[in-house]
Amino acid sequence: MSGVDPTFDLDGQPVALQPGDTILTAAARAGLDIPHLCWSEEVSGSASCRLCTVLADGRPVAACVTPAVAGQKVDCRTASLATQRLRLLQMLFVEGNHFCPGCEKSGNCVLQVQAERAGMTDLNFEVLNPERPVDASHPDVLFEPNRCILCQLCVRASDEIDGKRVFAIGGHGIATRLLIDSPSGRLGDSALSVDDRSAHICPVGALLPKRVGFAVPIGQRRFDTEDTRG
Amino acid sequence: MNAPPASTPPRKLRVATVSLAGCFGCHMSLLDIDERLFDLVERIEFDRSPLTDIKTVGEVEQCDIGLVEGGLCNAENVEVLRAFRARCTVLVAVGACAITGGLPALRNHLDVGDILQSVYGRVPDDPELPLPLNRVLPIHEVVHIDHALPGCPPPADAFWQLLQDLMAGRTPVPAPGLIRYD
Amino acid sequence: MGDAADIMSEAARAAADAVLDRWQRDPHALVQVLRETQAIMHWLSRPLLAHIAAALGLTRAQVEGVAGFYRFFHTRPVGRTRLLFSDNITDRMLGSEALLAQLCARLGVAPGEVDAQGRFSVDRCSCTGLCDQGPALLVNHHQVITRLDATRVDALANLLLADTPVEQWPAAWFTVVDGVQRADVLLSGLAADAPTLPAVLAQSPQALLDEVAQSGLRGRGGAGFPTARKWQACRDAAGDLRVVVCNADEGEPGTFKDRVLLAFHADAVFDGMTVAARAVGAQQGFLYLRGEYRYLLPQLEGVLARRRAQGLLGRDACGVAGFGFDIAIHLGAGAYVCGEESALIESLEGKRGTPRIRPPFPVQAGYLGRPTVVNNVETFCAVAHIARRGGAWWAGIGTAQSTGTKIHSVSGDCARPGLYEYPLGTPIAQILDDCGARDVQAVQVGGPSGTCVPAADFGHTIAFEDVPSAGAFMVFDRTRDLFEVARHFARFFAHESCGLCTPCRVGTELVVRRLDKLAHARGAGSASAFDIERLHDLDTVLHSGTHCGLGASACNPLRDTMRHFGAAYAQRATAPQFQPDVDLDAELSAARRVTGRTDAGAHLHTDTPA
Repeated sequence: MSGVDPTFDLDGQPVALQPGDTILTAAARAGLDIPHLCWSEEVSGSASCRLCTVLADGRPVAACVTPAVAGQKVDCRTASLATQRLRLLQMLFVEGNHFCPGCEKSGNCVLQVQAERAGMTDLNFEVLNPERPVDASHPDVLFEPNRCILCQLCVRASDEIDGKRVFAIGGHGIATRLLIDSPSGRLGDSALSVDDRSAHICPVGALLPKRVGFAVPIGQRRFDTEDTRG
Repeated sequence: MNAPPASTPPRKLRVATVSLAGCFGCHMSLLDIDERLFDLVERIEFDRSPLTDIKTVGEVEQCDIGLVEGGLCNAENVEVLRAFRARCTVLVAVGACAITGGLPALRNHLDVGDILQSVYGRVPDDPELPLPLNRVLPIHEVVHIDHALPGCPPPADAFWQLLQDLMAGRTPVPAPGLIRYD
Repeated sequence: MGDAADIMSEAARAAADAVLDRWQRDPHALVQVLRETQAIMHWLSRPLLAHIAAALGLTRAQVEGVAGFYRFFHTRPVGRTRLLFSDNITDRMLGSEALLAQLCARLGVAPGEVDAQGRFSVDRCSCTGLCDQGPALLVNHHQVITRLDATRVDALANLLLADTPVEQWPAAWFTVVDGVQRADVLLSGLAADAPTLPAVLAQSPQALLDEVAQSGLRGRGGAGFPTARKWQACRDAAGDLRVVVCNADEGEPGTFKDRVLLAFHADAVFDGMTVAARAVGAQQGFLYLRGEYRYLLPQLEGVLARRRAQGLLGRDACGVAGFGFDIAIHLGAGAYVCGEESALIESLEGKRGTPRIRPPFPVQAGYLGRPTVVNNVETFCAVAHIARRGGAWWAGIGTAQSTGTKIHSVSGDCARPGLYEYPLGTPIAQILDDCGARDVQAVQVGGPSGTCVPAADFGHTIAFEDVPSAGAFMVFDRTRDLFEVARHFARFFAHESCGLCTPCRVGTELVVRRLDKLAHARGAGSASAFDIERLHDLDTVLHSGTHCGLGASACNPLRDTMRHFGAAYAQRATAPQFQPDVDLDAELSAARRVTGRTDAGAHLHTDTPA
């Protein structure tokens, strides 16, 4: 069928695909949102959060790194995947110490908006209450590890965009954590500059430029809507 | 000739509310339903609540709905929560603190014994005083919760919708925009 | 900071430099450099890691990230002698926990702690692959002690307290026996008159590949992917350099067949690798040997040296002009997930053993981006036989879909643990009969990531189309509590999660906590149907999309035992009400401490009364 763009089926809608597309990028170009947290078009994927899990011909895959295949049937908006997304978000919330009412990122936070969209009203699981000391040593950037969801966006931005390799992943299992490359292990002694992309790419409030928190009034934040701020 | 049967008004739902380790902000938000309060009091009756000053939950009769604001910071909170669970058919966690521990839980990385000692020097040991828990807990770790209303505080409309759903016998599903965490 | 731990001694620097030089300061050798440096210095301090990072052109954080990933690397001080008790369920069934407690009591240390004089530390580790001769322990990530008992532990305590060097410990303790109970083709070894490897390699690469294709051989590591298809894909992939890797990271608890194959049939394994290299056009070979099998290293290096001397490796290997192929051995450092082939390749490259995003698959872009074949030890061993006796011969063994033989590592409740090799398609009941198992309740086939088979299903066979197996066969008789078995495996998976993806990283931990609650080791001391519901929830999440097979199979024991042994769960969840996830009375401990109160109001009922 030359002349006809190849497509795959996403929740019953045909989605055109181009060479090199993942399921997520092809869907995004078609204006279809597949919920995701750890993916950004600016850097390579880590496939860590699994929020973008879809069923590709019935098999669960991460849409952010799975090549789109012509003719494939992809499900995203199913009841069981909605529950899966909800549970994954609840897991991320209980894993860290997330306190939205006191967070500068509130209203601009991707974790928060994804949870709201997933209909999360409770945590379902027990809170793990990890011990994660705040690192305020950098003059311009705050590192609040209690909010880190280990998406690796800062790691990749520092490696791939800034060329500084300021961050790395350490530990394993539930003790996995973000490492900072400096003699003290603290951000203030690292090569990070507030002008670096990695200082701004955090989807949550774990890495935040200082002195700009709460500058945008409620109602005008990234994810505020008529609904949320009547 | 018999008189037509007097139409009995529908039984009012019995609602208990409490603020445990909370700031009463959620209660304030409930009052923000404003003139809809008039509708509400036609259809519900408050049991134990800061609005009635009744001290014991469900003493007269079992409550239909319990609204719990705040997490658990001390032994008394636990006892009150258990009484709510025992005496309320439907228990709702209301607000960020009930659901996650919230602001009071920011003390969780400190030793509460050390805090007491540095605040009081000689720590009061009167048996009348409830002892604080090592950690402030969200309420779902101690009792089963039927529904939750997130927010700090939950929007007044979220309270209104929840109560309307429960009064109509529906499973409450918050409308888009009514779920938020700040 | 600023304490002694922050200052690197001259000895540490010299030790690291010597190791770095031996590895030619190759950043891809990081895991090997860390292993060898630690073997001298006992642990890896931050300054030492920074020194290694600088020498390799890596960042400090990258090196710290690698050191913190592998369970065998110590980034805090440990004893000069480090003992790790193998903590498979089979070790526990043989009394390992009591022996660990006995040793700790004698030494005056708790598990995980270091003796005040820095002489020793004692802890647990995942299965060491000595289930047929346990309880076992690892000494300094190097030697193994088998068949522990109270007498041996007592003598061990005396030696440790006297600071006696390991070299002076009784040699008999370190004996590892081969334990072959039933040998078929693989465990019988190559016939004395079998064609030599050069004779075999005189065939064309395509002919070698065709024989393997005809044999129907499927990978023995668990996934069962057709070997010839893997090889063909590697051969067809673009690239000048190709790599063959033998996966000897036998981490699946209860599996020890590769240990025996490497100890007694290493030549067959290396033959198989060489055949694969010839078939796909590879120049470079690696044996990725799990750290727990470090004691096999000198012997294996000896075999490789002999093969080089015989002309079987190196330039024009096996007399085939233009065929240059050699094999290097890399050691793991205690990470089960490195048994996953792409994680193994990451580890070979000196990185954290995190499974890669696929595609590309290793056959397309593996070690350093080169097309790479990764096969299991047993697979290569089978290839050595197939290349000599032909694909048709192998295909004639077993069933149509599952050709050849399979080696089972039998352990647990049976009279004769050890290795049993059968044609695929052999009924579970026959293996149980042969190993002298009585009154069996269940068999864990293929290890924790495999299948828990209840007695009603013992008529099933081990085969890809029936009950597939990576080689473990752990037997549980009627005295065993399958709930505790599942809880043990849950701890294993949480311990071994790489931490990349949300469902595995958080989910495995939540499963452990919930099972601990049912075991009355956490929370209220009782549980209810709410807890069972939560377990089903977690099982669904982990089976619905993790990054790799570890997470996907982490709940297999939970799912299987809940299905087949539901009563073991139900009897632990009898409370009519939801029970607290926390021990509420214990939550008042700090306040009681500072108030000194002991009155009734200073306590809480932890369980919710009916």
